[in-house]
Amino acid sequence: MCALRRLHRSVRTLRGSFTRGSLTCTAVTQWQPGRCGGLTFCQKLSTGGALRSDFLKDLGAQLAAAKKKAADSLPGSNWTPFEINPSLPPETADIVIVGGGVMGWSIAYWLKQKERFSKDMRVLVVERDPTYSQASTVLSAGGIRQQFSLLENIHLSLESADFMRNINEHLSVVNEDPVDLQFNQSGYLFLASEAVAHVMEQNYNTQRCAGAKVSLFSPQQVKEKFPWINTEGVALASYGLENEGWFDPWTLLNAFRRKAMSMGVIQCFGEVADFKHMKQVMMTKNGEQMERRTIKSVKVQMPNSLEYQPVDCALVVNAAGAFSGKLAELVGIGLDPKDSLAGFSVPVEPRKRYVYVVHCPDGPGLDSPFLIDYSGVYFRREGLGGNYICGVSPEEAEEPDTSNLEVDHQFFEDKVWPKLANRVPAFEELKVTSAWAGFYDYNTFDQNGIIGIHPLINNMYFATGFSGHGLQHSPAVGRAVAELILDGEFKTLDLSGLSFQRILMQEPMLERNIV
Amino acid sequence: MSAPLISLRRCCQRAAGLLVARRHWSSSSASPPSLVSRSLDFLAQRFYDVEALLNWKSRIGKDQLRKKNLYYGYTHKHYGPDIASAYYILNLGGGFRFVGQSEWFRADSRGKFNWDFLNYKDTPVEEVDMSHTIINYVGLSNLERQHLRTLKLQGCPEVDDWFLAGLHKFQDSLEELDISHCPRITVGGLAALRNLSHLKHLNVSSLPRISNPGLVIILLEEMLPQCQIRADGYDLSLPQAGREKSEERLEAER
Ligand SMILES: Cc1cc2nc3c(=O)[nH]c(=O)nc-3n(C[C@H](O)[C@H](O)[C@H](O)COP(=O)(O)OP(=O)(O)OC[C@H]3O[C@@H](n4cnc5c(N)ncnc54)[C@H](O)[C@@H]3O)c2cc1C
Repeated sequence: MCALRRLHRSVRTLRGSFTRGSLTCTAVTQWQPGRCGGLTFCQKLSTGGALRSDFLKDLGAQLAAAKKKAADSLPGSNWTPFEINPSLPPETADIVIVGGGVMGWSIAYWLKQKERFSKDMRVLVVERDPTYSQASTVLSAGGIRQQFSLLENIHLSLESADFMRNINEHLSVVNEDPVDLQFNQSGYLFLASEAVAHVMEQNYNTQRCAGAKVSLFSPQQVKEKFPWINTEGVALASYGLENEGWFDPWTLLNAFRRKAMSMGVIQCFGEVADFKHMKQVMMTKNGEQMERRTIKSVKVQMPNSLEYQPVDCALVVNAAGAFSGKLAELVGIGLDPKDSLAGFSVPVEPRKRYVYVVHCPDGPGLDSPFLIDYSGVYFRREGLGGNYICGVSPEEAEEPDTSNLEVDHQFFEDKVWPKLANRVPAFEELKVTSAWAGFYDYNTFDQNGIIGIHPLINNMYFATGFSGHGLQHSPAVGRAVAELILDGEFKTLDLSGLSFQRILMQEPMLERNIV
Repeated sequence: MSAPLISLRRCCQRAAGLLVARRHWSSSSASPPSLVSRSLDFLAQRFYDVEALLNWKSRIGKDQLRKKNLYYGYTHKHYGPDIASAYYILNLGGGFRFVGQSEWFRADSRGKFNWDFLNYKDTPVEEVDMSHTIINYVGLSNLERQHLRTLKLQGCPEVDDWFLAGLHKFQDSLEELDISHCPRITVGGLAALRNLSHLKHLNVSSLPRISNPGLVIILLEEMLPQCQIRADGYDLSLPQAGREKSEERLEAER
C-alpha cells in the first residue's frame, strides 16, 4: 500500500516537472505541506532525479518480494508464516541417524526406499561437519573388491557392486543429471608369498563359490600379463576380473544424499552432544547388576553457537564412523570397568592411515590394477596423468597419534617407498606430489563391521567398525540396517555373523588375509 | 614411439593432470534440455502427480529393457546354449554367423527374422553384430557360452563400463571388438579391456565421453600392444597455448 501511495505522489511530481519546467519546486511543495517538514522539502528539491530512480528501485524490490511470496505459497515450497532458524532440526523424529558419511546416508536412503508408500516416517541425519573434512568416506582410497575370506564380506561386496552397476536405477532423481561414479574397472591384484599362498588358494575357492569372478595366476602368468611387476618372492596371485576397481567416494556420498533428501529425509548440520536416556536395572543369572538403556532424545548442538535442540526420537542409528565408540560412551557404554558386562564397550576407535599421491611418468599407466602386495603395500592409478596413490598400514606398535590428520612424510620414505619400488621397479623414480591422512573406523576386536543393535541399549543400531572396507560395503549395509529396523530381521543378506553377539561371546570373525 | 607422439603425450598428460583435479564430468556434452523437458521439470518440482507420471514413464522404459535382456533360460534348456544365444540376438534385432558358415542371420528393420537358425543345433556362434541394439550387461549372459571371435557393438545405448568388464568371459577367443559410438563408455571401462589378451582389432571411434582421446588412445595402445586400435572421429589437434593457459587459470581460481 505504502508503495502505491508513493507511486501516486511521484507520478504527480514527474508530471509537474514536465509541464511546468522550473516552476516545479513550488508545485511540489503545494502537495506536501502537511506531511513533510521544511528539511524534507529542500531535499526533495535537490534530489528530484534520485527520487525517480529510488522509486523505480523500490518498485522493483517490491515486485520481486511479491513475486517471491507468491512463489513461496505455491505447492512444493517450504514457506511458513513464522521465522525460525532454518538449520535447527525438528523437535521430533522417528529415526535419528548420527553421522552423515556414506553409511549414514545409505541407511537413510534404504529406510525411505523400503517404506515407499508411506511418506510419514521422519528420518533425520545429523552431521557435524558440513565440509566433511574429517569423514573417512571422502578420505578413502575408493576401492571395491570381492577378494575377502569371510562369506559375509564377499556377499556384501557383490551386492554393493550390483548396486553400483545399476546405480541410476536406485539413485537417479527425475530431471537431474544421472550419477556417474567414475568407476574404474581395473580389478584388484593380490600378490602372495610362499608362506601365505595356501591361504590365497582357500580364499579363492570361497570367492568362486560365492560367485565372484576371480582368477589365480602363477608368477609366470603375472609376468606375462603385468610385465612391469617384479615377481620376485611372489608364489601366487589372484586377480578380480569383474566388479572390482575404484570409484569416486564423493559422488557416491552425494548421490545417496541427493536421493535420500529427495525422498524426504531431513538433513541437519550439528553435533550430537548428548543423549537423554532411561535406565532399567536388570539382574543377570549370576547376580550381576546390569543396566539397559533406552534413548529418549538426542541433543543436537548447533555449530559455532550455544544453541541446541533436543530431538525426541524412537530410534538412533550410530553411523559416526571412527567416532562411533565415542558416541556410544555418551550413553554410558564402555565407561564401567572392562571385565564387567556393563563395561562391554564398542570396540571402534580412530586409526590414522596415510595416503600418498605420487607422480611417475613411467609407471604402469592404464594397465595398473589396484595392487596389494603381501608386504601390505598397495597402490592404484589416479587419473590418467601418471599419478598414483599408495600407502601401507603401520604396525600395531607404531600406530600414529590420532589427535590430528597430519601426514608423516618420513613414513613414506621408510615404510612405503622401498617396498613399492621393489615390487614395481618403475617407481624407483617417483615424486610425491601430495598426501593426506584419514581415520579408519578401526574395530580393535576383529577388524570387521559391526551391524545391529547393542545389547545394552534398546534402541541404538550400529553400522560401524568396517576398518578400511566400509565405503564399498555401504550400499549393502545400508539395506541390511534398514531391514533390521523395519522388518526386524535380515531379509536379503544374512549378516547376523556381524552382530554384537560375537563380541559378547568373544568369538572374533577374522579375515584370513594374506597381508 | 616416434618423437611427435611423445610430445603429444606430454601435452596430453599435462592436460590430463588438469582434468584429474576436476573430478566431475562436465555435463556440457549433453545438449541443453528442450522446452518440453524444462517445463516438465518445473511441473515435477511442484506437483507430485507429474513427478509420479515421469517416474512411471522411466520405469516402463526400464522394464522393457529388462525383459528384452532377460536370461533365455527356457530356450537354453530345450534347445541348448547356441540356439538360445542365436534367438536372443535375433530378438534384439542383431545379427550373427555360425562357425563354419558364411551366411549371416539377421533381423530385418521391423524385427522379423528367418527361423532357419533352429536347424543349426549345437553349432556355436562365432561372429555377432549387436550394433544399435539395447543389449546390456544382463543380456551378455545370453552369449556367455559362446566362443566369440568378433563382437560388434556400434552405437549401443546400454553398453557401459560394467558391460566392458563383463567381456572377460570371451577373453580366450575374442579377436575383434567394435564399441564405437557407444554413448556411455568411459576410460574406466576401457581399462577392463586389458583382460582380452587375444584382441587383434579394436574400434573405439567417436566415444563421446572420452574427454582426452589423444592420451587415452596412446594408453590403450600401450596396454594392448598386440592390438590394432582404430579411433576416428576425435579432434586430436593439440590444444592451443592460449586455451591451455586460461584453463590453468581457471583451475587456480577454483
Ligand atoms: C585412508 C583410507 C583409505 C580407505 N580406503 C578404502 C577403500 O579403498 N575401500 C573402502 O571400501 N573403504 C576404504 N576406507 C574405509 C572407509 O572410508 C570407511 O570405512 C567408511 O567411509 C566409513 O563410512 P562412515 O560413513 O561410517 O564414516 P565417516 O565417513 O567417517 O562418517 C562419519 C560421520 O559422522 C560424523 N560424526 C561423528 N561423530 C558425530 C557426532 N557426535 N555428531 C554428528 N556427527 C558426527 C563425522 O563428522 C563424519 O562425517 C578407507 C579409509 C581410509 C581412512
